[in-house]
Amino acid sequence: MSNLDVLLVAPQFALQLLIDGMLFGAIFALAAYGMALVWGVMNIINITQGEFVMLGGFVTVVLAKAGLPALLSIPVSAAFLFAVGWAIYRLAIYRIVDRDLFISLLATFGISIFLQQLMNQTFGADPESIETGLGTLVLLGGDITVAWIKLVSFAVTLATAVGLYLFLRHSRTGQAIRATAQNARAARIMGIDTDRVYAFSYALNAAICGVAGSLVAMTWVIQAFNGLAYTVRSFMIVIIAGLGNLPGVIAAALGLGTAETFVDFLIGSEYRLAFVFSLLVVILVVRGQLLARRRQVLK
Amino acid sequence: MNAAAGRIALPIVVAAAGLVLPFLAPNYLVQFSTLWMMVVLALTWDLLGGQMGYNSFGNILFFGIGVYGTAVVQRDLGLTYFGGLGVGLAVSIVLAVAVAVVLGAGLLRLRGHYFAIATLGLGIAAGEIAGAWDYVGAGSGMLTPPFPGTVDGRNILLYYLFFGLAVLCFLSLRWLLAGRFGLAANAIRDDEDKAEAMGLRTARYKIVAWSVAALFLAVAGGLFGNQIGFVDPRDTAFAGATLGVWMVLMAILGGKGTIWGPVLGAAVFHFVQELTWIYLLGWQRVALGLFIVVVVVFFPEGILGWARLRWPAAFGHRVEEGEGT
Repeated sequence: MSNLDVLLVAPQFALQLLIDGMLFGAIFALAAYGMALVWGVMNIINITQGEFVMLGGFVTVVLAKAGLPALLSIPVSAAFLFAVGWAIYRLAIYRIVDRDLFISLLATFGISIFLQQLMNQTFGADPESIETGLGTLVLLGGDITVAWIKLVSFAVTLATAVGLYLFLRHSRTGQAIRATAQNARAARIMGIDTDRVYAFSYALNAAICGVAGSLVAMTWVIQAFNGLAYTVRSFMIVIIAGLGNLPGVIAAALGLGTAETFVDFLIGSEYRLAFVFSLLVVILVVRGQLLARRRQVLK
Repeated sequence: MNAAAGRIALPIVVAAAGLVLPFLAPNYLVQFSTLWMMVVLALTWDLLGGQMGYNSFGNILFFGIGVYGTAVVQRDLGLTYFGGLGVGLAVSIVLAVAVAVVLGAGLLRLRGHYFAIATLGLGIAAGEIAGAWDYVGAGSGMLTPPFPGTVDGRNILLYYLFFGLAVLCFLSLRWLLAGRFGLAANAIRDDEDKAEAMGLRTARYKIVAWSVAALFLAVAGGLFGNQIGFVDPRDTAFAGATLGVWMVLMAILGGKGTIWGPVLGAAVFHFVQELTWIYLLGWQRVALGLFIVVVVVFFPEGILGWARLRWPAAFGHRVEEGEGT
C-alpha cells in the first residue's frame, strides 16, 4: 500500500486517477447499455458482450494498420458488428429466445469461447492498441495530463448514448423494440414482427459493443482473451443500475471505472482483474441479501 | 434388454474394465486416469447442476483449491512423498469444504442465472488471485515434488487412485440420490419456493450438496497436480476455460439429472477429444466453442435424455433418474 502515501502527499494525483477512471468507465457504459437492451427485450444475458467489444477493437486495429484514420473506423466497426450480431442471431440465438435462462447463458458462453478463440487464432494473443496522434492536454501546470483521445472517446460515448436514447424513444423501430420488451405476445398481435425486433436488438447491441471496442483500442489495449472482463463489468453495471435506466448505467459505469483505477494504483495492476471478478461475487451476494431482507422472490 | 439386469450388469462391466485397463493399454495410462477424473468432474457438477438446478460455472474453484492445497503441503511440511500427498489431500478436502460452506451460505441464496454468473466470477477471481499471489508462486506457478520411483509406477498409482475416486464418487452420489436427499434435491430443482413452503430446509441441502462436490473435486485436483507435475494458476488449477467448461458440457452431453449421463458424457467427450484434438492444430478451442453451442442449442437433453425419448420402455421404471421438468 506504499502508493497510498503518494496520494496523501500529492492529492492532485487522486484527481488524475479520478479523471482517468471516469473517462475509462464511460466506455463500460456503452457495453452495459447494450447488455441491458438485449436482456430487457429478449430476456437473454449475453455473455458474448465482451467478445463483441474485442472484435470491434480488432476492426479498428486492422483498419488503422491499413491506413484509415482511427476515428473513421468507428462507424465501420459498428456496421461490421451489426452484421455479425445479425448473423449470430439467425444462426443460433433465435432458437434460445424462449428457452430457460441457463440455456441462453450457456449458449452465449459457447459463442463467446468460439469468438475469443477465433480472434486468438486470427490476430494472435498479443495485446494491440493504436496511436491516434491527438496529443495530450496538460492541466494544473503539468500535474494532470489527459490524452485528447480519451476526451474524444468520452464525447463519442455520450453522443452514442444520446443517439440510442432518442432512437429507442422516437423511431418506429425503437417503439417496436420497447413494445416487444413490455409484452412480446401483445406486440405480435399488434402486427410487430418480434423475430425481426429480436434480430435487430441483438445486432444493435453488437454494434454498440463495436463502438465501445473501437474506443478501447484507441484509449487502452485490446487482447483476444480480455472479453470476459467486459461482459462481467457490463453485468455488474446492469445489476446495480437496473434495466432501462440510462443515467443509472452511466453513473455505475463511471463509478466502476474509478474504483478499478484506484485499485490498480493502490494494490497493483496484477490484482485488477481479481478485483473485478471478486466485486461481481460481492455485489451479487449483497444484492441477494438485500432482496431476501425485503422478502421478495428472487427470480 | 432387460432394464433391471442392465442396471446390475453395467456397473460390474465398467468396474471390471477399469481394473484391467492398465494391463490392456499400458501406453494410455495417463489418458485413462484423466478419463476417470473427467467422470468425477462431470458427476460432481451434475449433483448441483442437474439434480438441484443450481448451474455452477465455478466448481473449478474447489478443484484448484485441491491442486494448490496439496502442492503447498507437499512443498512446506517436509514430509515424504506419500506422507505429503496424504496430508495434502486431507488438508485440501478440509479447505475446500470450508470454502464451500462459507461461500455457499452467501451464494446459494442466489437463484438461477445470478448463481451461475456469480460462480463464473468466483472461478476466474480465484485464478487471478492465485496468479498474482507470491506465496503460491504467482504467475510462474509451482512444481509438485518428484515421485520416488519410476514414471510407470507413478502412472499406475495415480491411475488406480483416480479410478478409486471415480468409483467412490459414483457410489456415494448414487447412495445420496437414492434416498431422501435425492428427493429433496429434485424438489429444489423443480420448485424451490414450494419445497421451502413444505418445510424443507433447502439452504442446508444446497450447502451439503456443494460440500460433497467440493470434497471430491479437491481430491481430484490434488491428484491432477501431481500427475501434471506443474501447477499453473489458470491452466492447471483454476482452469476455467478448459476443465471448468468441460465439466458442464460433459454432464449436459451425457444427459443432466441422471447418474449415468455424466459418466457417459465424460467418456464420449474424452474419447472424441483425445482422438480429434491433435488434428485440429490449435483450432481445438474454436471447435470447443462451436461444440458447446451445438450441444446446448440443438441437443440440450443429452444422450441419455434422447435415448429415453427414443426407447421409453427401457427406461420405464427408472424413476430415480428423474423425468426432467
